[in-house]
Amino acid sequence: MSTSQTGILSRVAGSVVVGSGITDIMMGEVVLVGREELVGEVVKVTEKSFTAQVYEYTGGIGPGGKIVATGKRLITELGPGLLNRIFDGVARDLELLFRERGSFIERGVKVNTLRRDLNWEFTAALAKGATVAPGDVLGTVQETPMVLHRILVPPGMEGTLKQIEETGNFKVDESVAIVSNRQGEHKLTLMQEWPVKIPRPFREGGRLGLDLPLITGQRVIDTFYPIAKGGAAAIPGGFGTGKTITLQQIAKWSDADVVVYTGCGERGNEMCDVLTEFPNLKDPRKGRPLLERTILLANTSNMPVAAREASIYMGVTIAEYYRDQGYDVALMMDSTSRWAEALREISGRLEELPVEQGYPAYLPDRVAEFYERAGRMEVMGRPKRTGSVTIIGAVSPPGGDFNEPLTIATLRYAGVFWALDPELAFSRHFPAINWLKSYSLYSGPLLSSFTQSWGSYSEYGKTSEWWREVSSGYEEYRSRALELLNDAAGIESIARVIGESALPDDQQLILLTAQLLREGFLRQSAFDTVDAYCEPQRQVLLLKMILDFNAQAIKLVKKKVPIDIIRELPQVPLIMRAKEHPGRTEHIASLMAESHKELEKIANSYGFTIKEGSDS
Amino acid sequence: MFVKDVGDASYDEIVKIRGSDGIDRMGRVLDAGNELTVVQVLGSTSDLQADVALKFTGSTFKIPVSDQVLGRMFNGLYRPVDGLPPVYSEDLRETDGKPINPVARSQPNNFIQTGVSGIDTMLSLVRGQKLPIFSESGLPHNRLAAQIARQASVKGEKEEFALVFAAIGLKRDDASFFVDQFRNSGAIERSVVILNLAEDAAVERLLTPRIALTVAEYLAFDMQLHVLVILDDMTLYCEALREMSAAKEEVPGRAGYPGYLYSDLATIYERAGILKGRKGSLTQMPILTMPGGDIRHPIPDLTGYITEGQVFLDRDLYQRGVYPPINVLPSLSRLMRSGIGISRTREDHQDVADQLYDTYSRGVRARDLAKIVGQVGLNERERRFLEFSEVFEKRFVNQGDFESRSIEESLDRAWDLLKMVPETELVRIHEKFMEKYHPLHRAQKMVE
Ligand SMILES: Nc1ncnc2c1ncn2[C@@H]1O[C@H](COP(=O)(O)OP(=O)(O)O)[C@@H](O)[C@H]1O
Ligand SMILES: [Mg+2]
Repeated sequence: MSTSQTGILSRVAGSVVVGSGITDIMMGEVVLVGREELVGEVVKVTEKSFTAQVYEYTGGIGPGGKIVATGKRLITELGPGLLNRIFDGVARDLELLFRERGSFIERGVKVNTLRRDLNWEFTAALAKGATVAPGDVLGTVQETPMVLHRILVPPGMEGTLKQIEETGNFKVDESVAIVSNRQGEHKLTLMQEWPVKIPRPFREGGRLGLDLPLITGQRVIDTFYPIAKGGAAAIPGGFGTGKTITLQQIAKWSDADVVVYTGCGERGNEMCDVLTEFPNLKDPRKGRPLLERTILLANTSNMPVAAREASIYMGVTIAEYYRDQGYDVALMMDSTSRWAEALREISGRLEELPVEQGYPAYLPDRVAEFYERAGRMEVMGRPKRTGSVTIIGAVSPPGGDFNEPLTIATLRYAGVFWALDPELAFSRHFPAINWLKSYSLYSGPLLSSFTQSWGSYSEYGKTSEWWREVSSGYEEYRSRALELLNDAAGIESIARVIGESALPDDQQLILLTAQLLREGFLRQSAFDTVDAYCEPQRQVLLLKMILDFNAQAIKLVKKKVPIDIIRELPQVPLIMRAKEHPGRTEHIASLMAESHKELEKIANSYGFTIKEGSDS
Repeated sequence: MFVKDVGDASYDEIVKIRGSDGIDRMGRVLDAGNELTVVQVLGSTSDLQADVALKFTGSTFKIPVSDQVLGRMFNGLYRPVDGLPPVYSEDLRETDGKPINPVARSQPNNFIQTGVSGIDTMLSLVRGQKLPIFSESGLPHNRLAAQIARQASVKGEKEEFALVFAAIGLKRDDASFFVDQFRNSGAIERSVVILNLAEDAAVERLLTPRIALTVAEYLAFDMQLHVLVILDDMTLYCEALREMSAAKEEVPGRAGYPGYLYSDLATIYERAGILKGRKGSLTQMPILTMPGGDIRHPIPDLTGYITEGQVFLDRDLYQRGVYPPINVLPSLSRLMRSGIGISRTREDHQDVADQLYDTYSRGVRARDLAKIVGQVGLNERERRFLEFSEVFEKRFVNQGDFESRSIEESLDRAWDLLKMVPETELVRIHEKFMEKYHPLHRAQKMVE
């Protein structure tokens, strides 16, 4: 691309402007529009003119105004100082904007993504004379107490280290090393730039299998429909069904190293919520404030539409950059529908031919390109390391109806589908993830590594042997639970016609067990101090408690013990409450023993025994 | 309106248009091009011929604001309709407003007691929230909005809300209803009324809510007042937008509404909140009538995706004599949680609300079942839930126009109802609250 050239505007209509007078302008090139130099991007080039979308409000600008082509693509700055901060859709630091310009976002303000005034303590990992290639770790900076930032040799750069600072304090744009190669000498700084629409490279053939779970601490996810590190999940649902809270829960509690949370075309107060809450919440593994591993991107619904497009690419590029350092990154996108609508709006203004519901024909391609950027891989450079980008995208289908272009396109590329159900949301059963309609293509391999991850676990006097035994039945519990829920759904539809009391006792027991599963396992309040995050071992134990209860109760029902006697047991409501009990695992273990004893007592009074330890 | 060879028009600029009839109109530039410029005429175009005089003002639409706006009444273009002179001020504000920097927001968490049990207990409104009423024509949404405006208060504070009321395409008697209400309650002195009536030009409706919000932002963030904005009826706003979009021959989206309806509505609804370092707040209560009572219609649908919840009015409840006919199940307040609880309302508030949702929804299900199998087909438990739902509607949701219940009163009422179902079913309430608030336990304690 050329260096900067100035042309002239011939038309301004909202976020779309037309200019002429720049001969070799390119698609995707960044332009500066009008006196205030509003940032935009070229989206169409014809022989005589070109069209750009502008990331800010264009009021007051008209034909005859100037338009400058910069010769650059839309890039973002990458380096220390991304974590613990919040940016807008074009990666301007919102905190700085607030301090300099006040409460409302003025247009045309330029602020950098990375602060230029901060010093970072750099420690070299390589010595002078080393040969370096892209992705090699030059050194490190402790970006936050939770994340060690690895300074990488940028893509495309190789040669010999002519010079490197061993240790010292540097600003992001100060040189810490010099690489020499045939083209000459190149300064390396703590930061680099990357064009956001192009995926960052990784080691060739380096894509790895998706067999490690991203543990979220949400039971219906981890146990029933798990997501792999490097996988992609879609969470579609009408308004109020729980998309945002679910994404926030995963952002808070998942075992990712870095979280990139993108609010795209959504509410300002929700971003404020995250900013208020995250500093006060501690990472359950590292005990540090969550914001220390989090990067926020906010392009709220009332901010310029074109910037929504930018924001999702900013988000995924930043995620890839931390992946390249060797981290597991989780990228939350709330909501991909707003991005798709932005595409539609711009496409409409370009007078392109729409295919379905006004969306351009290339929507599925864009969706595919975006989700392709998820993955777990061997990254470039030495030392050898792996990293991952997990993408979790909310979809906001019109009228909550999943039969629409974006939901359909997304499901083609996402391996996990969490289907949100308004009926559940209405009765405040959250997460309102429908357990019959959802799926995860990763569930098989993930479940076994999920339990292996704590095979050596010991707690409350229980040996790791005991835990290993409990967890070895996990996959079986899961399928048994799903089977029960499935059966219950069938029985319920019969009950809706003939009434529950007309059902035989064994079917009523299935309904009772399903209720225990729903209330005692599937429901999980994001706001409960005990239950917001449910450790894997508690998930297993809760499930085992309910299924053991069921297995034992089946024996009673077979021996003609009336179902009401079982239903009236004082342990029944306790089982439903156990998830929120501050006694956690210990409480569940003792409740399990207690309910077994009670069922046994009933059996005895009917003159038989439930065999000790029997399972099904 | 299309204009040729304008030269130096700019996007969104205001244009003065004088027709051959000598009447001045206002317009704004929608598309500024070298050869062709598109101007949207604000007001009636019926007498406009091809020979008009245009004056491009070089400025986007701005209105003067000052503390003199309180107690005043304007039309949908901000011209006084109360016989007083126009507002004079050098402080001119763009009616489109600017997005609030998310960093500048402070979390809304002051519980507003509306005195309406259904809202306060289960859909708590907080200062700075945008909470619409989803209604249908013929339902008492105006009564409810007026009741809220009358009764809204914040615990421990004397300051009353300043009211900004924007009538958007309302019939004259609906608009008068509000103005009379404000007069009777003495609120008129601290209100601003912007009236775009059914007979006014539809295109003006695009400006009306924005003028109202520009005034409201001034009152909230410059004058530091707590402001409640009522926008009524947003459906008519959307219809005006559709009309304009059709005139521009844009590709229509769902139900003929333009594809950018979401973004457009967001530039209205997102203008609510509280700012760091400022005392005031801007609370929005938009009202919309769902065409065909369908919550999936694009207008309520896109609104719900932007606002922080919704209060859903139900024709069926109203026909059964329940006022306000709030169906709590599809209703929601997203900011409730930060506004309630131990130091704000009462420690058991959230649990009680969760339990009411659960129990009521089971009652509604039992009612549906009874329609098929008859009351006799229900088991004992289902019958109790069914009975609960009836009593819940009649004694809890239902209340008088001038009945204002404190939150404690509403919560106590809720407990009284919950006592109808077996304690073992109340698993959404933490045990410590059961012991402290459940009427049976309380009675027991007294005996001891
Ligand atoms: N896991 C959860 N636990 C408790 N409440 C929830 C949960 N998920 C959603 N909610 C409730 O539902 C409301 C809407 O959820 P939200 O995630 O904002 O929906 P969406 O983003 O789909 O519109 C929240 O304000 C909250 O009250
Ligand atoms: Mg949301």
